[in-house]
Amino acid sequence: MVPELGHFSLILAFCLSVVLGTIPLIGATTGNRLWISLARPLAAGFFVFLSLCLVVLAYSFVTDDFSVMFVAQHSNSMLPLQYKITAVWGGHEGSFLFWTWMLSGWMLAVCIFSKAMPDDFVARVLSIMGLIGAGYTMFMIATSNPFDRVLPMSPADGADLNSALQDFGFIIHPPSLYMGYVGFSVVFAFAIAALISGRLDSAWARWSRPWANAAWAILTIGIALGSWWAYYELGWGGWWAWDPVENPPMINWLIGTALIHSLAVTEKRGVFKSWTVLLSIMAFAASLLGTFITRSGLLTSVHAFASDPTRGIYILGFLGFVIGGSLLLFAFRAPLMKSEFGFAAVSREVFLLINNIILVVASAAILLGTLYPMVYQAVSGGELISVGPPYFNIIFVPLMSVLVIFLGLGSVSRWKKTSLDYLKKQLLIVAVAALVLGLALPLALTLEFSFGATFATALGLWVVLGIVQDIRLKSANKPSLLAGMKSLAVSYYGMQIAHFGFAVILLGAGLTSIYSIEKSVLLSPGQTVELGQYEFLFEGTEHLSGPNFEAERATFQVLRDGAFVRELHPEKRVYTASRTPSTEMAIDAGFTRDLFITLGEERDSGAWSMSLYIKPFVRWVWLGAILMAMGAIVAVTDKRYRRLKTKTLEKEVASVKAMQPVSS
Amino acid sequence: MPRLKLFIPVIVFFALAVMLWRGLYLDPRTLPSVLIDKPLPEFSLQTVELGDTVVGKADLPDEPFLLNIWGSYCLPCLQENPILMAAAEEKLVPIVGVNYKDKLNLAQLWLEDNGSPFEFSILDESGRLGIDLGVYGAPETFVVDGNGVIRYKHIGVIDYETWEEEIKPAIAAVKAESNK
Repeated sequence: MVPELGHFSLILAFCLSVVLGTIPLIGATTGNRLWISLARPLAAGFFVFLSLCLVVLAYSFVTDDFSVMFVAQHSNSMLPLQYKITAVWGGHEGSFLFWTWMLSGWMLAVCIFSKAMPDDFVARVLSIMGLIGAGYTMFMIATSNPFDRVLPMSPADGADLNSALQDFGFIIHPPSLYMGYVGFSVVFAFAIAALISGRLDSAWARWSRPWANAAWAILTIGIALGSWWAYYELGWGGWWAWDPVENPPMINWLIGTALIHSLAVTEKRGVFKSWTVLLSIMAFAASLLGTFITRSGLLTSVHAFASDPTRGIYILGFLGFVIGGSLLLFAFRAPLMKSEFGFAAVSREVFLLINNIILVVASAAILLGTLYPMVYQAVSGGELISVGPPYFNIIFVPLMSVLVIFLGLGSVSRWKKTSLDYLKKQLLIVAVAALVLGLALPLALTLEFSFGATFATALGLWVVLGIVQDIRLKSANKPSLLAGMKSLAVSYYGMQIAHFGFAVILLGAGLTSIYSIEKSVLLSPGQTVELGQYEFLFEGTEHLSGPNFEAERATFQVLRDGAFVRELHPEKRVYTASRTPSTEMAIDAGFTRDLFITLGEERDSGAWSMSLYIKPFVRWVWLGAILMAMGAIVAVTDKRYRRLKTKTLEKEVASVKAMQPVSS
Repeated sequence: MPRLKLFIPVIVFFALAVMLWRGLYLDPRTLPSVLIDKPLPEFSLQTVELGDTVVGKADLPDEPFLLNIWGSYCLPCLQENPILMAAAEEKLVPIVGVNYKDKLNLAQLWLEDNGSPFEFSILDESGRLGIDLGVYGAPETFVVDGNGVIRYKHIGVIDYETWEEEIKPAIAAVKAESNK
């Protein structure tokens, strides 16, 4: 009975979203206040019924209702409770439900935090999001219903959740990633609403900015969590592998980054409007494309081919309708947008434009690399090829290096016009200091020259010292540095925190790639192995029984220069239900280095094979991501986003006038 | 014509969508490699087992053999290893490995842990040979005849069924031909 309640809720949610996707939109166009006023309650209803679906599905998992096919495929009576609940997003159908619920959550957030916006604009935004929700709920009902039953022959027990997913990372990574993904639908809806109404002014950009920043911050955290999870779970010590499944969030992130910068220019200076609209559409397109790629089995199909193309066709059709339609709307409406001000060849606008171009080129290159094997196969009619990390690194590293140089130039330069002399005066010292310290610091620490380390350190310092210089400059005409720092806007600090975070990632990624060391050895209990400045003493293994697995747990003493550092316990697990083995590595996390051990197999002699790693500065990659997200959130709290409601009707008349086509 | 260029995004998008749509209907396993009936590419690489010795095409067996793409990171490779081991023990056919995008120490440990069905394994750390061979990922298995010409390609894991019904007949066909 209970799963049917979920099924009914899903159908009701679909019905509500269809009404939401049409009535308020028509109402906003015809000026029908009653129809406009329906948007908020309908969106809230959509959220309520999808929440009910989610609760029902979670309830089916918790109560081990294996007559529900999705539960039978992704759970087991022995699965620990936290994984039963989170198994909701452990498979295709549940992921989609969760994705759609996130969408409804963002809609609810728009309802709540849109008091300062005109009602008709909010109605359009919610309507557009409602249409997206309608597409997704219909998709679930038609092809991927999480509440499908296996009756009357229900299985006695479930197949279990993939053992690689039974981890804390699985509890937090998918929700944050989805939330970030879906967050861009808000910015998308704002852009489309603005295109439809012709209200592409700086108010639109100001309304969009906090949403774009929030979505971007959450996506940043989501990607960082994924990277961190892969690092400690997959056992080879990598934090980024350019895997086809991890590339789409990266593409989305790069476009999102371009978007938040472009929105800044549009709000402050009234230029780059069509570019900002295009980026809003592209950011959401990237998130839909990401869903399509991971959910259609398009790229992962090669070695696990089983999916039927129906689902892929539906998502692709939906993608074509939403994105194709939006881009078409863009093509017809963009000529109506006029830049309000001009700018000189050397100005902050230009540096931000360059930054945008680099980010978009980088995302296009990653998209190409991700899809190339498939496209090549489609074109050539047969041969398969592979594109690996070398391709991505060759493209990505130089592009990001150039980006960083412009980041430093852009943040110090001024809107409208900056003189080259001014830039030289302010930044020459920064550049020299970054180069000198970049050369000196790695040399002092390792006594060995490495071009890569110098390069990475210099780039990181270029950003950090640039921030210091900029704050110093901005408070130069104040009585004291402290008074100057107090006078700067909250959003300015948000930006600088995020830029600082970017520098931290750069340093972490660069230095860990260069200085990591590893060793694979065969050790008998009592033996010691040396790696870097550390000694690892293998004390032996013991048997351990977990809730749904059996494990061998090893004990290591880690010593540095003879002094005890800590004990580490890597494990080798076998999950009872699926008989799949899994390796749990032991990590000693540190600010300047991580030590970690993965256990291999036991030999007849009683010796174990194992790999040991030292990863300097690897934490900085995630620390930097947290700083970037924090910066974006700090910027959202800036009080200029909480201005009072603008007068709706007068604005409407004004915007209709502004919409007269530009003669060309 | 400034207005026409505004249609570029939508055109690019639909071109991409058509590609994706085509991609949905591709089953990589049923598509033959265009390398079939072509000679193996030239290479000069070290091996997992033989230290600094560099091997090339001339060092491959001059009778029909299997070329198996594997890696220590690859779980399906572990799955097909017993089948390859049995084939090597029966001396049915020599098997040469290509250790694809792997690390030498990890590969050596893997062979020690799981046993090696290989005469030797070519160390393709950069994946360059894999690209020349059109490898999508490990595992993949090529049937190569005595003249170094690729005659059959299997993508994905070899289970008992594919071994008996696909690989074995392919080996037998190539052997029968070379005995003529």
